[in-house]
Amino acid sequence: MYTQALDTHGQEPAATAEDTAAHAARFQSRIDEDEKIEPKDWMPEAYRQTLIRQISQHAHSEIVGMLPEGNWITRAPTLKRKAVLIAKVQDEGGHGMYLYSAAETLGISRAQMLEQLLSGAAKYSSIFNYPTLTWADIGAIGWLVDGAAIMNQIPICRCSYGPYARAMVRICKEESFHQRQGFEIMLTLTHGTQAQRAMAQDALNRWWWPSLMMFGPSDADSKHSAQSMRWKIKRFSNDELRQKFVDITVPQAHFLGLSIPDDELHWDEAAQHYRVGPIDWSEFQAVLKGSGPCNRERLEARRRAHEAGRWVREAAAAHAARQRARATAATSSGETP
Amino acid sequence: MTEADWPLFEVFVRSRSGLEHKHVGSVHAADARMAIEHARDVYTRRQEGVSLWVVRSMDIVASDPEEADALFEPARDKVYRHPTFYAIPEEVKNL
Repeated sequence: MYTQALDTHGQEPAATAEDTAAHAARFQSRIDEDEKIEPKDWMPEAYRQTLIRQISQHAHSEIVGMLPEGNWITRAPTLKRKAVLIAKVQDEGGHGMYLYSAAETLGISRAQMLEQLLSGAAKYSSIFNYPTLTWADIGAIGWLVDGAAIMNQIPICRCSYGPYARAMVRICKEESFHQRQGFEIMLTLTHGTQAQRAMAQDALNRWWWPSLMMFGPSDADSKHSAQSMRWKIKRFSNDELRQKFVDITVPQAHFLGLSIPDDELHWDEAAQHYRVGPIDWSEFQAVLKGSGPCNRERLEARRRAHEAGRWVREAAAAHAARQRARATAATSSGETP
Repeated sequence: MTEADWPLFEVFVRSRSGLEHKHVGSVHAADARMAIEHARDVYTRRQEGVSLWVVRSMDIVASDPEEADALFEPARDKVYRHPTFYAIPEEVKNL
């Protein structure tokens, strides 16, 4: 994806307020007509910053998301499950890369984003601050967490910003495998022994509410929504997406013979929706602010990986410099007849 | 301390022979060979390609969106460049 690294045709002339208003009006009308915005197009600064924040948080979430699942790679119950889990974790890394690329087209560097993640300044999805205690958690993550992610991400495939939309198309295609493999793990466990069924139920009990929180605060408390809707960065509200997720997931849990850990869950015949009990937003806020079960562990793991990889990065850079020097020397000696 | 980024490379994938290479995204790499390896890991995990191109992003010169009208608008009123512009009687075949 094209980035700030491209030629910039020199310094932009200083824009007058009138110019900016005209640009802004034209920008909004392009969006209203469902045109895509591309990296070098004029865009309001707030649109750029909103996207940088959202895409980089999304990328960080993919990267940190590798950790809870990576925890089970060495303990996967069969070779097949292990191969699948490695492929899935590798996909999450890839998704992070697509998204960092997309964010870079807006003028932030990869190094800046990495710095924000490692310093703890950047946010990532709070779901990854929960621990993966049993193998069933790997099933529950694929089924619920990736299921919720898909629900969130499919509308972003039509986002007004081209590079983000294109990255999301790739990601959504790949997520579908993630969700299905997770459900299949749950299916296998629920057809297993009493202990395996109990393990599956326990995983659902722990992941259900955090999965519902993945859609973000309720619409009444969501501060970014209205403007993002106008810019077509967001297409549905948090509560709408959460409701869709509940409606498709409850019957899947029933199929598995598992019960949703919510005494107030009921079918609303008039509205044709499942209704859930109240969500404990204080838990969401606490995890977001850094007090989740694994916040510190996740960041430490990222920092450790970054430090441990430093010598590899330095060696690669030194090798590239030497190759360049050799190539230059060969060219200049080749020029003499 | 923030380390400097490795150079950025744009990645193009040929999905199968007979088709053109198509832009799919970008990767950072210390050199072109590493860029090919990263591009393979990031963009072809599911047999998406049979060939890769990587090009340093710095080496791409792009047209300016502000000049899009000047560049592309002149083609808009030249509908006579399309075969459907010409009315041919129905009884005439093979045209």
